[in-house]
Amino acid sequence: MLEIRNLTKTFGGLAAVRDVSTRFEKGRISAIIGPNGAGKSTFFNLIAGLHRPTSGQILFEGADVTGLRPDQMAVRGVARSFQTTHLFDKASVLDNLIVGHRLRTKSTFWDVLLNTRRLRDEERACRAKAEEVLDFVGLSSVADRLAGEISQEERKRAAFALALATDPKILLLDEPAGGVNPEETAGLAALIRKMAAGGLTVCLIEHKMDMIMSLADTIVVLDHGEMIAEGPPSSVQSNPRVIEAYLGADYVAA
Amino acid sequence: MSNARLPTRALLAALLLLAALFPLAAPNGYYIYVMSLAFIMAISATGLNLILGYTGQLNLAHAGFMAVGAYTVGILTVDHGVPFWIAFALSGVSAAVLGFFAGLVSLRLKTHYFVIFTLCVGFILYLVIEKFEGLTHGTVGVIGIPAPPAIGPVSFETPVAQYYLVLAFLCLALWVMHRIVRSLLGRAFVAIRNSEDLAEALGVNLMRTKLLAFVLSTVYAGLAGGLYAGFVRFLGPSIALESNTFDLVTYILVGGIGTLFGPVLGALVLTWVTQSLQFLQDFRMIVFGPMLILLVMFFPQGLIGFVQERRAKRNTREKAAPAHREARANA
Ligand SMILES: Nc1ncnc2c1ncn2[C@@H]1O[C@H](COP(=O)(O)OP(=O)(O)O)[C@@H](O)[C@H]1O
Ligand SMILES: [Mg+2]
Repeated sequence: MLEIRNLTKTFGGLAAVRDVSTRFEKGRISAIIGPNGAGKSTFFNLIAGLHRPTSGQILFEGADVTGLRPDQMAVRGVARSFQTTHLFDKASVLDNLIVGHRLRTKSTFWDVLLNTRRLRDEERACRAKAEEVLDFVGLSSVADRLAGEISQEERKRAAFALALATDPKILLLDEPAGGVNPEETAGLAALIRKMAAGGLTVCLIEHKMDMIMSLADTIVVLDHGEMIAEGPPSSVQSNPRVIEAYLGADYVAA
Repeated sequence: MSNARLPTRALLAALLLLAALFPLAAPNGYYIYVMSLAFIMAISATGLNLILGYTGQLNLAHAGFMAVGAYTVGILTVDHGVPFWIAFALSGVSAAVLGFFAGLVSLRLKTHYFVIFTLCVGFILYLVIEKFEGLTHGTVGVIGIPAPPAIGPVSFETPVAQYYLVLAFLCLALWVMHRIVRSLLGRAFVAIRNSEDLAEALGVNLMRTKLLAFVLSTVYAGLAGGLYAGFVRFLGPSIALESNTFDLVTYILVGGIGTLFGPVLGALVLTWVTQSLQFLQDFRMIVFGPMLILLVMFFPQGLIGFVQERRAKRNTREKAAPAHREARANA
């Protein structure tokens, strides 16, 4: 459903992503791994439209979406979470999520001024959507808490919920399990599996190898912006180039 | 929610009643004059709060747009004999048109670059007003602006009638702002303030949404300026100065940034504090400055922000407590 063709992005001469071609299939979980600075976040930023590719093409459901803005990509069904979770701490968790479904609504400023029925219906729909995704990620019990008061793991779940509220077809998760303990990591992995089981395509950047190995259907390995391997966990794990560049001797020993 | 809103309703009704009774209690006409002027500034500050407080963009040209509205009324009524209320409606339009083009250029810039650019826009507006004598009467100013004429049987000849007129516009301004900020559109503004990257990832068209907030805030500025022209009935270029924008920003910070009533409270409190310190003359800044610093130190969210934060914490704790117990019982 998402196809990347010869994607390259250079920042002032430095190629952060170099000639990467791959594809992500519907309902599958793909992982992007690689050492720090390998270009993983940049790769996501390119797909999500935050950066314009220097060259190459991005095809989403058969249509060329290269160079579209992030809001246009979101409308087409590409959602993402960021490495750091931005929530508005002084509002409730539920309040934070309501805006997530706004891109599926049609009311304009004039609806606001006249308080039309369409606006009220759409506001109800957005609230219902927020409640639905909160329930899906298991946060219904903290819906009314202030976002600033919930735990790190709950923030991660809230970030998933926010992305889900946009009704996406593909979800890009940048280090979804960063800064949470192993037990919570397992919980987040289960949640990601549940999302994919519902037909969502998931693509994640992650450093936690045991999580990746059990979760991902395919793994893409980046190093210095280049894709050095791609395939199911078992083949990537034993790929000598990957071991050298990233996994390291300790990983093989472990 | 409903029981939290009830006291607010009652409080609002009480405040409105107080405002309505104020002219009866005021010792003399000067008090009514000062209060009316504070209301006009509150309308302008409410507009600035939309772009600054809710959308997170500091527009330092706000006083410039207020001047555009004021001069629209001044020039049209004095030099062209246009009826006041038509000129008044056009004050919002002219500010919006200029705001649209200024926003289109300035909103391409982010953070402090945007702020500096709008500072320049404000200064250009000031210079145009001061130097373009053929249109604006330059430093001489526009003199003899007519007072707002009667609407049907209601006339606005007396200062008290003008006070009620300004109060009515303030209520209207707040009511519309309430609609905006509580809607999905308002949520999009707040999402931009919270994080532009995240808002964009959620499908918010940054340029279009910010431009809308910018233009709406300039409409408030323009109409506040139009009211000001009909109320003070004399205009000079100095109303476009950025120091007036800084006053408005101070009102917002003191009252509560990003809150509906913060700018109004700030405008009223600071107007009366300034008035009561008049006797100190040039020394009043020695008292006023430290007062502001203490306020910002102890109430960084402003007066209303402080109250709201405490209430939000109490509310969520009350609501969260039973939910937590339930969750634990189920587990
Ligand atoms: N906006 C940017 N401007 C300039 N250089 C950037 C930018 N974003 C990333 N880079 C550079 O691109 C390279 C890849 O970064 P990144 O994609 O963040 O790596 P990763 O997420 O794999 O750690 C790094 O060398 C980084 O410094
Ligand atoms: Mg990264």
